Amino acid sequence: MRPLPHLALTLASVIALVPTLFMLVTALKSQEEYQADKTGLPDALVLDHFRQILFDTPIFLWMLNSLILVAGSVALSLAVSCLAAYAIARLEFRGRDTLFTLSTALIAVPPVVLIVPLFVLYAQIGLISTYTGAILIYAGLITPFSVYLLVTFFRTLPQELIDAAVMDGAGHLQILLRVVLPLSLAPLLTLVIVNALFVWNDLLMAVIFLQDDAKKTVMAGIAVFQGRYNNQIPLTMAGMAVAAAPMLILYLTFQRHFVRGLMAGAVK
Amino acid sequence: MRRNSPLLPYLFVLPMVGLLTFVFGLSLVRLVEFSFKQVRGIDGPWIGLRNYDLVLNQPLFWEAVGHNLQLFLVIPVMVVIALALALLLYERLPGWRIHRTILFLPYILAIPIIAVVMKQMFQFSGPVNTVLSALSLDFLVLDWIGSADVALWTVMGLILWRETALGVILFLSRLMALDETLIEAARLDGAKWRHRAWYVLIPQMRGVIEFFVVISAITLLSAVFAYVYVIGGGRGGPGTATMVIELYIFNALIRTSLPGVAAAVSVMLFLVSLLLVWALFRVRRRGAD
Repeated sequence: MRPLPHLALTLASVIALVPTLFMLVTALKSQEEYQADKTGLPDALVLDHFRQILFDTPIFLWMLNSLILVAGSVALSLAVSCLAAYAIARLEFRGRDTLFTLSTALIAVPPVVLIVPLFVLYAQIGLISTYTGAILIYAGLITPFSVYLLVTFFRTLPQELIDAAVMDGAGHLQILLRVVLPLSLAPLLTLVIVNALFVWNDLLMAVIFLQDDAKKTVMAGIAVFQGRYNNQIPLTMAGMAVAAAPMLILYLTFQRHFVRGLMAGAVK
Repeated sequence: MRRNSPLLPYLFVLPMVGLLTFVFGLSLVRLVEFSFKQVRGIDGPWIGLRNYDLVLNQPLFWEAVGHNLQLFLVIPVMVVIALALALLLYERLPGWRIHRTILFLPYILAIPIIAVVMKQMFQFSGPVNTVLSALSLDFLVLDWIGSADVALWTVMGLILWRETALGVILFLSRLMALDETLIEAARLDGAKWRHRAWYVLIPQMRGVIEFFVVISAITLLSAVFAYVYVIGGGRGGPGTATMVIELYIFNALIRTSLPGVAAAVSVMLFLVSLLLVWALFRVRRRGAD
């Protein structure tokens, strides 16, 4: 009926999809075939590059490192943020509004501004290339936004729920754990997604604070990867496909939460 | 723990205050201090404004600033493309959900991954040039990565390709939240698509467009490290063609071990970001969606 809008959308989708297709198609070609034909489909599927990536490179170690950092920093930040957000949203104390304004303002600090003082400090106290050091930095970077999002959400919960729990003799920690958090699963999931994506995808902090080979993250690993296997493009593409797989699978499975989370996280 | 203890709220916020003081508070104070010192290792003598003087008189610094400003040229292009795609998706043509999933894909892929893939695609003897010469577009066959005149434009293309996806999603979600009656009325009046878009939809999206512009400006100023680190081979190459402010700070800190100089640049970058964020908050208050 209306060919032009369809054509425009299809063209845009093709452009959005081409790099991913190129990555997958090339990863399945042999080195010789890629040299001869850079754009066509593979004649026969070559899975050897994937075998090489999975068994002959440290990619699993890198992914494990990334996973440790994601789990550590997201868990730490979530615990700290839930406690603080509950107090800010639901309790009265002096300096509350100032504290909230200050912590919200920190969302705006570009991470690159922090690397100089943190690097000097970490060199001094021996936290370079340690999980602890990197987890603290990542947890710090994602906490201001987490607090902001949770405070806005906690404020929407009805006061009667909390009053009822107080009447039952519950302390505030119990109220937070048994009443407030079970009602906050949607914003918590959003936060986990945004924060995990931020930590998993980060390159800047990873190359500065995790220089040790044994502590490299997957993003820092693949950034040097291309240098090491510069002429073996199908092999490099297999590495990229493996590195991209976790996020791609998560995206296709939890599309709605991803989209909601990324929109909320756009303010970061 | 007593239930009504007046100290309780402070106990709840204490871990957050500790973490943020450690990562941000102390850092920002020491950053300013370092920018006035000649730091060797962990500290050094006070040297007044000499770091700033050195940086501001160095051509490489101004080249990096110029490159970041050149990246800003991407913003209007992103807005136009994202707006067009969001409006097309909003028409809910058959299959629009699949297009939406695909169009958002670039934003899901991590920057280092996509930069490595694109770097191979745009090699001089790579697939992009192969296709271009097959289409007889030989004047477009360029050394996309290896030529100092072209490399930053290639980076801009990559940024455009990825960050436009965020614009599409932001604009589409704003459109979906609009009041449908006005749009339906325009449709029944027989208004053409482009008239509906231009006179009915776009005027209601001013807030979200401004928001996207400011967000993008912040990204292009202070969050393009991963792009140039991969495309420029870790050094802003070829030559200094893709040197940007972040990489300048990184080099001063890690490669030449001049934390004082890196701190001076960071302080200036921080002040400019504050200005942009102030703009962001104004935009958000007005945009209120």
